[in-house]
Amino acid sequence: MLKTFPKGGIHPHENKITASKPIKRLNPPKVVYVPISQHIGIPSEIIVERKEKVTIGQIIAKSGGYVSSNIHSPVAGTVTKLDKFFDSSGYKKQCIVIRTDQKDQSNFEFIDKPLKTDIQLSKKDILQLITDYGIVGLGGATFPSHVKLNIKKDKHIDCLIINGVECEPYLTADHRLMLEKAEEILVGIEILMFALHIDKAIIGIENNKKNAIANFKELTKNNDKIKVAALEIKYPQGSEKQLVRALLKREVPKNGLPLDVGVIVHNVGTIFAIYEAVQYNKPLTERVVTVTGKTIKDPSNFWVKIGTPVIDLINEVGGLPEDTRKILNGGPMMGKAIKNTDVPVAKGTSGILVISEEEAERKKCTNCIRCSECVFVCPMGLEPYLLMNLTEKKMYEAALNEDITTCIECGSCSYVCPSHRPLLDYIRFGKSIIKTLEIAKDKK
Amino acid sequence: MTASIIYSVLLLTSLGIIAAIILYVVSKKFYVYEDPLITEVEEILPAANCAGCGSPGCRSFAEKLVSTEDISDLFCPVGGNDVMKSIANLLGKEVTKKDPTVAVLLCQGSCDMRPKTTQFQGPDSCAISALVFSGETDCQYGCLGKGDCVDACLFDAMYMDKDTGLPVIITDKCTSCGACVEACPKNIIEMRPKNKRDLKIYVGCMNEDKGGIAKRACAVACIGCSKCFDICPKDAITMENNLAYIDAQLCTLCRKCVDVCPTHSIVETNFPPRKKKPVSTITKGKKIDPPSKEKHIDKKVKAIVEPLKSNNDA
Repeated sequence: MLKTFPKGGIHPHENKITASKPIKRLNPPKVVYVPISQHIGIPSEIIVERKEKVTIGQIIAKSGGYVSSNIHSPVAGTVTKLDKFFDSSGYKKQCIVIRTDQKDQSNFEFIDKPLKTDIQLSKKDILQLITDYGIVGLGGATFPSHVKLNIKKDKHIDCLIINGVECEPYLTADHRLMLEKAEEILVGIEILMFALHIDKAIIGIENNKKNAIANFKELTKNNDKIKVAALEIKYPQGSEKQLVRALLKREVPKNGLPLDVGVIVHNVGTIFAIYEAVQYNKPLTERVVTVTGKTIKDPSNFWVKIGTPVIDLINEVGGLPEDTRKILNGGPMMGKAIKNTDVPVAKGTSGILVISEEEAERKKCTNCIRCSECVFVCPMGLEPYLLMNLTEKKMYEAALNEDITTCIECGSCSYVCPSHRPLLDYIRFGKSIIKTLEIAKDKK
Repeated sequence: MTASIIYSVLLLTSLGIIAAIILYVVSKKFYVYEDPLITEVEEILPAANCAGCGSPGCRSFAEKLVSTEDISDLFCPVGGNDVMKSIANLLGKEVTKKDPTVAVLLCQGSCDMRPKTTQFQGPDSCAISALVFSGETDCQYGCLGKGDCVDACLFDAMYMDKDTGLPVIITDKCTSCGACVEACPKNIIEMRPKNKRDLKIYVGCMNEDKGGIAKRACAVACIGCSKCFDICPKDAITMENNLAYIDAQLCTLCRKCVDVCPTHSIVETNFPPRKKKPVSTITKGKKIDPPSKEKHIDKKVKAIVEPLKSNNDA
């Protein structure tokens, strides 16, 4: 019997068509657009000027506060513009535009370095490197990692969970990384365990990635600190709270963090970035991105420099199909449609999904038939139909009492609704209103 | 037989008397004094309950008017100066006269001026659309066209124009309660002073992008060229973030800025048709392009077509 979380969840078509495609490395793009707000929290501050020459890995935007992150130049080249461009948020945001110097060989630095297992740095240095090199959670939430690792003394942490679930359909970025860089990831786990004084780690992987599970099991045969756990295939298992519940049977309190139950959760991508930062002093300037879609000619996984325009990646997989209706940044469940094809890849972009006219059609919304499907599938135990109605009627306080803020926005309710009601759209809207109301209240 | 009738009559009468005594005692004991002025003031107020004054309804506004000493800051936008004056007379307090205002839409990006580049499939609501992205066009400041303001209007003073995709404000019905201003997530509805003939001049654009980008996104965008700023004789125009703004208090409605605006992003409403310039007589025989305001003239004041013709004939 495989482990899983008990409440709710769905099983959409997996469509992991790129699972067997090795991660390809691309030539550096001609121009990169690096947004200054790629993480949750305060946007970074630009510290370069126009026409300035930058080297690869140079800091171009400094962390703007505690919950913020440094941003490094992904290429060697010249800063050509500091202007606003559309990014994955759908709004124009400040970006640093760098024209790549194609002759500069340093653009190929940091590639495929040999495995380095011994940890030479002290605990403090490791945490400092993670802060300096702009590591953020690469699972999609892009929460600055140093904030997560800076644990207050009164909290006791006894377990590190490595999130290799990748429950989103289509995406295979983490899967390929776990196959190709398994040993490096294990070293990364050792580094974190050493830095945080934790002696137990569990790698949680969904059972549709059998080769990755076998690979890790083989490598950790003689290691009794790191365990590998196969999980039932169920969406949204990759959510922190659901994963903690599935692996340790610990319930994260409402509006709390896994930290409250003595657990730290990190994505495999983040662990690999931490490994590279600590062992090779490599800042977070590239990540694995799955470029996929049913109509795409040659869907693949790529190592992509942060700031690469999406159109470059689509050209790499055989161009944009004619009947394309939507391009998603992320997977089909939680991904967000992008405004145009010049939108750059940011630290949180785990996939680019091209959706055809036929698939993109949103069916007509009809009346709620009270089937309570949404209540059954909600992994947080909420009542989505009620939250939507309350938000629609502007009864925000009642919605707050119904715990609208604990919604993880997984979209399971909208997925199953037979009346095609825009449940998540309204819940998200209600959450944003409550947030602004609370900020206004705090100010008073 | 008669006994039972007498008993029942007696029983019911005594019950009635007891109930009456209880009710009387209770009403005396739990009597809440309420200023009779509140009801009187409430009767004067328009009873729209629009919350335009800042209070949740007309009753609570009446309470506020009666209880506060200095009511010169309080104003009922729906009733206007007349209502405030009669309330002041009733209460014996002073009110200041306020110029009437009216809502105007600071966006002219109709479907043909501002082409759509994307499509929003979610629920028909500006607020939800604004949460997801900047809008269906490339202009991230303009109208989203889902009609949250029309839904918010309690006075039926707004409707969505299907051809332009923009809301239209019926100035005569607008009470300037401010519900649409609150509802708009893009903050493109502004309250501007309304004079007798409802003459207004304002910059119908909120685009803060640089000129080229703004123009590419929308043909009638303010490109921040400062031409209006330079020509304004009263310094009523300020330039900020590539965007001109006309201060209605300083503006004398001379319309010089309307003529110089290269993108026609400055809107004039309800002005009489302009006199034809004498230029045509000097350059006789040459074909002159009609004045660049043609589009506006066609749309807004059709009457201009007639005098032009008769002039030419003469």
